[in-house]
Amino acid sequence: MQNYDLATGSLRELNETLHAQNHNTNQTAWEIENPKGAHAIACGLDAPIEVTVKGSTGYYSAGMNQQATVNITGSAGPGVAENMMSGKVVIDGDASQYAGATGHGGLLVIKGNASSRCGISMKGINIVVHGSIGHMSAFMAQSGNLVVCGDAGDALGDSCYEARLFVRGSVKSLGADCEQKEMRAEHLEILKALLAESESDAKPEEFKRYGSARNLYNFNIDNAY
Amino acid sequence: MNKYDRGIPHTTPRQSATFNQDVNSDIRRAAATGIYDIRGGGAKRKLPTFDDLLFLGASISRYPLEGYREKCDTNVTIGGLNAKNPIHLDIPITIAGMSFGALSGPAKEALGRGASEAGTSTTTGDGGMTQEERGHSSKLVYQYLPSRYGMNPNDLRKADAIEIVVGQGAKPGGGGMLLGQKISDRVAQMRNLPKGIDQRSACRHPDWTGPDDLEIKILELREITGWQVPIYVKVAGARPYYDTTLAIKAGADAIVLDGMQGGTAATQDVFIEHVGQPTLAIVRPAVKALQDLGMHRKVQLILSGGIRSGADVAKAMALGADAVAIGSAALIALGDNDPKWEAEYNKLGTTAGAYDDWHEGQDPAGITTQDPELMKRFDPIEGGRRLRNYLKVMTLEAQTIARACGKNHLHNLEPEDLVALTMEAAAMAQVPLAGTDWWPGKSGSF
Repeated sequence: MQNYDLATGSLRELNETLHAQNHNTNQTAWEIENPKGAHAIACGLDAPIEVTVKGSTGYYSAGMNQQATVNITGSAGPGVAENMMSGKVVIDGDASQYAGATGHGGLLVIKGNASSRCGISMKGINIVVHGSIGHMSAFMAQSGNLVVCGDAGDALGDSCYEARLFVRGSVKSLGADCEQKEMRAEHLEILKALLAESESDAKPEEFKRYGSARNLYNFNIDNAY
Repeated sequence: MNKYDRGIPHTTPRQSATFNQDVNSDIRRAAATGIYDIRGGGAKRKLPTFDDLLFLGASISRYPLEGYREKCDTNVTIGGLNAKNPIHLDIPITIAGMSFGALSGPAKEALGRGASEAGTSTTTGDGGMTQEERGHSSKLVYQYLPSRYGMNPNDLRKADAIEIVVGQGAKPGGGGMLLGQKISDRVAQMRNLPKGIDQRSACRHPDWTGPDDLEIKILELREITGWQVPIYVKVAGARPYYDTTLAIKAGADAIVLDGMQGGTAATQDVFIEHVGQPTLAIVRPAVKALQDLGMHRKVQLILSGGIRSGADVAKAMALGADAVAIGSAALIALGDNDPKWEAEYNKLGTTAGAYDDWHEGQDPAGITTQDPELMKRFDPIEGGRRLRNYLKVMTLEAQTIARACGKNHLHNLEPEDLVALTMEAAAMAQVPLAGTDWWPGKSGSF
């Protein structure tokens, strides 16, 4: 286990050290102490390493992550795991706005609640929130899966494309062009796998699925000029 | 018997200045379709421009440099404030961001070829980085847009600079648009969207709002790229003094400022013509912001929006810009709107020089299209050669003017070298009305 203390070291040195790890590294486990809400911790990683941040983080923790597993034992600030490509990010506490924004791949697990705009513009990432999510979540969500074990706020899935949105609790309101969809066997399989990987005891059958009504995909052809 | 048959004199039929033929055609089009007009390009209305400024040249009090032999440098360094590897350009004319999707792959290749041969940079656009462009661009600026289409850290690290796009002169406050005709398999794959849909990009970034967030976003991008490359912030010419101030505060290495003549691949005509400010009006407030913060020439100002000639380049630099960016002019150099395709423009209901339905993907010149047959008409090697030539001519023109003003570097041009032909231009450029020592608002502030 490698340790790095942000009380005595710098963010630049920490990220530079983590970026220097590659596929062949034998330093695969890292523990970061005293994050104290610092921004951009462990962003831009690209190696099969596991990084545990002991505490809460500021903006953009694990941003653009590739391959790595990042655990945050506290809560995460805005934009955690934004534009994640692959790997896994797990937050024991809550996540602020824009969690998993524009993510292309990998798995983001939020064991607490997520604030507004969770999964905004998601492009293939899987997000599992054990608690509830705020308003405008999955806005313009393109692909991937957003699983919410609690409730969803206003305007869920507004203007979304092909992302699958699963909510176990209530949805305060659906956004423009988002509708409840049929839950088929294939969706239950997706849910089963994601719930298991994110250590949730929720049952796939308890969820409803939402997605795009596809009415906004093209300008009304009657108006074409 | 009516009054005409009775020989009573009558007035000549008179067109209304308010309801002119252009306006009437807009009304008829709206009435027939029920949807606003979408088009490409920048503002077509008459605006105060750099044409309303003149250089004074040398006289007894200022002596010129010999036109062909004395040195007049054109190089510029962008991003030296924070980046380990700032961008060094031979000429201060860069290629503005235009997306793969809006443009064909070969057109992006041609931009890279021409810019590289001329010693300058080109810029990606909404939709990500293509191999055609990266492979042929010696210096490539990677745009970081609200949509984040095609955005990934590997391409980010291949860039020579990053440009965070907040706004665009053609549509301040608006997002991008790419209609289904141009969403080919490749474009759809790069943008992670279903093929053939009418794609609309977000108008604001998904994970930050305001200057304080922007500062942290810039920190993240610097951390991911190891503080190696400059980070530009591109804003529309909406509130240039305040936007420039806030971008500097957020830590930008360079400001890209885009006036309303700047083009877009597609948006509403009403947006292009009625939102934003002319390029002439935005440069001085931005320069003042840089000067007020002691950052002029430290944070570079790149001006864009309707730059067409070496005279425009020289005027922009005399007003305080460090460099300019061209988009529409570069497309024309490649062959866009060339009269040789007139018959085909006519089939599309338009004429060479007026074609602006770039979003429909039927560009006869094969530049703003994803149609494989139309794309075959465009030769990226020839296109690159034409762009290189055009950039060379613009540079020579700017040097000619600078030497005539006694300047041995384009950056040494100054507002005192200029006068204005109109009251509006004098007020916007803050240079004297020709024949006077005065401009409107001389004692005012922004």
